[in-house]
Amino acid sequence: MSRKKNIGITAYSIFVLLPVYWLINMSFKSNEEILGTFSLWPQQFTFANYQVIFTDPSWYNGYFNSITYVVLNSIITLLVALPAAYAFSRYKFIGDKHLFFWLLTNRMAPPAVFLLPFFQLYSSIGLFDTHIAVALAHCLFSVPLAVWILEGFMSSVPREIDETAYIDGYSFPRFFIRIFLPLISSGIGVTVFFSFMFSWVELLLARTLTSVNAKPIAAIMTRTIGADGIDWGVLSAAGVLTIIPGILVIYFVRNHVAKGFALGRV
Amino acid sequence: MNKIQNNRAWFLVLPVFILVAFSAIIPLMTVVNYSVQDIFDQNNAYFVGVEWYRDVLQDPRLQDSLLRQFMYSGSVLAIEIPLGIAVALMMPTRGAMASLSLILLAIPLLIPWNVVGTIWQIFARADIGLLGYAINGMGIEYNYATNATDAWLTVVLMDVWHWTSLIALLCYSGLRAIPDAYYQAAKIDRASDWAIFKYIQLPKLKGVLIIGVLLRFMDSFMIYTEPFVLTGGGPGNSTTFLSQTLTKMAIGQFDIGPAAAFSMIYFLIVLLVSWLFFTTISQLDKNKT
Amino acid sequence: MAEIQLKDLAHSYAADPEHTTDYAIHQMNHVWEQGGAYALLGPSGCGKSTLLNIISGLVKPSHGSVLFDGVVMNDISPQDRNIAQVFQFPVIYDSMTVYDNLAFPLRNMKVIESEVDEKVRAVADILELNSILQQKANNLSADQKQKISMGRGLVRDDVSAILFDEPLTVIDPNLKWKLRRKLKQIHERYNLTMVYVTHDQLEASTFADKIALMYEGKIVQFGTPRELFENPNHTFVGYFIGSPGMNLLEIEVTAEGAKMGEITVCLNDQQRRLLKSAGNASLKLGIRPEFVQLSSQSNDESMPCTLVHTEDLGTYKIVTVMLGEHSIKVRLDEEQQVPEQNAYLNFPSQWLKFYADDYLIVTDETGDKS
Repeated sequence: MSRKKNIGITAYSIFVLLPVYWLINMSFKSNEEILGTFSLWPQQFTFANYQVIFTDPSWYNGYFNSITYVVLNSIITLLVALPAAYAFSRYKFIGDKHLFFWLLTNRMAPPAVFLLPFFQLYSSIGLFDTHIAVALAHCLFSVPLAVWILEGFMSSVPREIDETAYIDGYSFPRFFIRIFLPLISSGIGVTVFFSFMFSWVELLLARTLTSVNAKPIAAIMTRTIGADGIDWGVLSAAGVLTIIPGILVIYFVRNHVAKGFALGRV
Repeated sequence: MNKIQNNRAWFLVLPVFILVAFSAIIPLMTVVNYSVQDIFDQNNAYFVGVEWYRDVLQDPRLQDSLLRQFMYSGSVLAIEIPLGIAVALMMPTRGAMASLSLILLAIPLLIPWNVVGTIWQIFARADIGLLGYAINGMGIEYNYATNATDAWLTVVLMDVWHWTSLIALLCYSGLRAIPDAYYQAAKIDRASDWAIFKYIQLPKLKGVLIIGVLLRFMDSFMIYTEPFVLTGGGPGNSTTFLSQTLTKMAIGQFDIGPAAAFSMIYFLIVLLVSWLFFTTISQLDKNKT
Repeated sequence: MAEIQLKDLAHSYAADPEHTTDYAIHQMNHVWEQGGAYALLGPSGCGKSTLLNIISGLVKPSHGSVLFDGVVMNDISPQDRNIAQVFQFPVIYDSMTVYDNLAFPLRNMKVIESEVDEKVRAVADILELNSILQQKANNLSADQKQKISMGRGLVRDDVSAILFDEPLTVIDPNLKWKLRRKLKQIHERYNLTMVYVTHDQLEASTFADKIALMYEGKIVQFGTPRELFENPNHTFVGYFIGSPGMNLLEIEVTAEGAKMGEITVCLNDQQRRLLKSAGNASLKLGIRPEFVQLSSQSNDESMPCTLVHTEDLGTYKIVTVMLGEHSIKVRLDEEQQVPEQNAYLNFPSQWLKFYADDYLIVTDETGDKS
């Protein structure tokens, strides 16, 4: 049984890794080699494609832009979602259920629907082509999710803990930061994972709301389509570089993610 | 848990409310506004009522892409849910291998969507891609850029590659939450592996699976970037889904009125289906307590 | 039906144990006789659950063997050992009805449906689950669920032993006694070997004919509840059984008797011989609070003491007194008076127990030493 399982999971892992491997393979080949010969690994190993990216500011700035708005998005999301999730998990108040559901509906809104209005909104308030505009736009999708995930984690912390802390003379902010947040660290890990995941991978809004200064790497990649066809090598190298931040994030939160998923709140 | 009635809790929710209202209500109002007007320029706009809605609903482009959309969402769900469960069941449960497989599986989820498209473009092309080359090498003619069926299959396969991990991770965590005693009791009751799956694992996965189906439905229904990069919606319109039709209409052709009406219909469909799921979930929660 | 024998059994979770501390279970030999009701009692972490799981086969022992009716079971899987186990938290198949839950083990064994029905109804009858047979199992209360998990063991004809792993932990206190009585009833009716793990001495003594008391991976005493109370084999048994536990005092043997600090307790000849036989070991004197006599009058052998504290627990009182620098607990019935001014203690010599290195010192005529 366990043998069969191992074979199965290995096969699936290969299925997951093969396309990624092919991308990596391509990134170390020159265009002549890519188009000229078919080989399972690079025959003339080259870093030229990566060199193009690391030496051209319009390339590497794309990475900085993406990382900037992704980090901004995660910070804003956590800052506003933490108190809100606390309110939802601890108190009843007028309109709480409606508000909660309304928040969730935003997770269900197709980004394409918001494309044009976002463009107009951010242009009219002068935020077009800024990192904060993309971060705010992504918040529309990441915040409801964050509130939902965090509410689930907070509800599993018994309220007696809050009460004990107040009796022990903790003020609310001190209690929240010193006692409560460490208790839901898994939830914060999962929230970061998801706001990162959403913001990093999204392209439609990010591309629409930026032109030069805050243009994300994903949008810059379309540049590789030039007059003489696609520059496959550089495109692959750029692709490989976009995978790395994701792997870093999942590595750091891997232990939290399984716990967080188990609550069924993603 | 008995919650305390406290309307001051609104202060805690206020930042979220303002932020989301700013990014959701204003744009949504704009869309509604456009959807009922015919706009020539800044100063000339006429109220046209539901005319755009009627037009859009009769538009074969919308009908076609809606049909394609449902077929697409249906097929990816039909593959990803069972496959995801199977993968979760096969994942190692502890030790370094568990961490490793967790990270491996999560990789596709964290790749920018256009890069996912790019990866599959490179992987599946008949001339330079491993997959395309291999299939053609086996004597089967395959070219996703010219053959509609091939394009369709490739897009579905890409989605399976991209998103099965999400279902697998959800189920994996759901499985980890089952106490050992259940497996031990089942062993003593002489349950077969199939019976353990059917009577212990599957019922415990119900919660996460509903979330999984909901997420996959929503996201596959909104899919845009990956097929856009891979096939550009073609050949013909064979892989043009709702978001792409909408984007073409709004940005490509500046048919703002119909595009807005289209947006509203689109949003309502997603909302309706999601609401159905949401009620099911809360019903389940109620049954538990 | 089975007699369960543990032969040279030891278990360590570590791959290659070096020190004795690596062992969760220290080497032991033990026999649970067919048809007995046994309790495995001990504080948390003493290895009792590990021992239970070794018997059921969920844990494979690292040393020695488990025998059922003389047959080595080490390599037999739990499902083939003909045992049932009830866990701390009720395990039920939530998606099934109560009926299907009870029928589950039989259906897994491909028993014909008419026979399944008969068995299920018979067991439901005894467990008083008749009225809810068609209900979904997941909405029931914890005690009902626990009865179902027990029932799944009872429907099988081939079950020879039922193992309980603290089965009443999640049950409401007012339902505990009811369920415990049910267990007793089932035991009488089915003639099954039952092993019941608990950390609650009251639960153990009401359920079991014989209790095995575990401490740090060893069974330190195996006997009836009365034996454990009156004749503790080990200082831990004295301390753990009874409420409050035994008074234990370190002593030195002198010409006058047993000396503890300033105070000396007189000894008779037999006791002197006993203590002499222990040699250089560290010695302790033990006496249960129930057997200490406290009075306001002195007599030849009494020792003056000072009252510290009286705790009135309704049907009895616990009095704490100081005898020199030693604190002694005395248990008095409610009608007995607590002395007001001068208080004197008496240690009746038949209830004095002596321990060398924590084990009871015994003479040849008074039984065995574990």
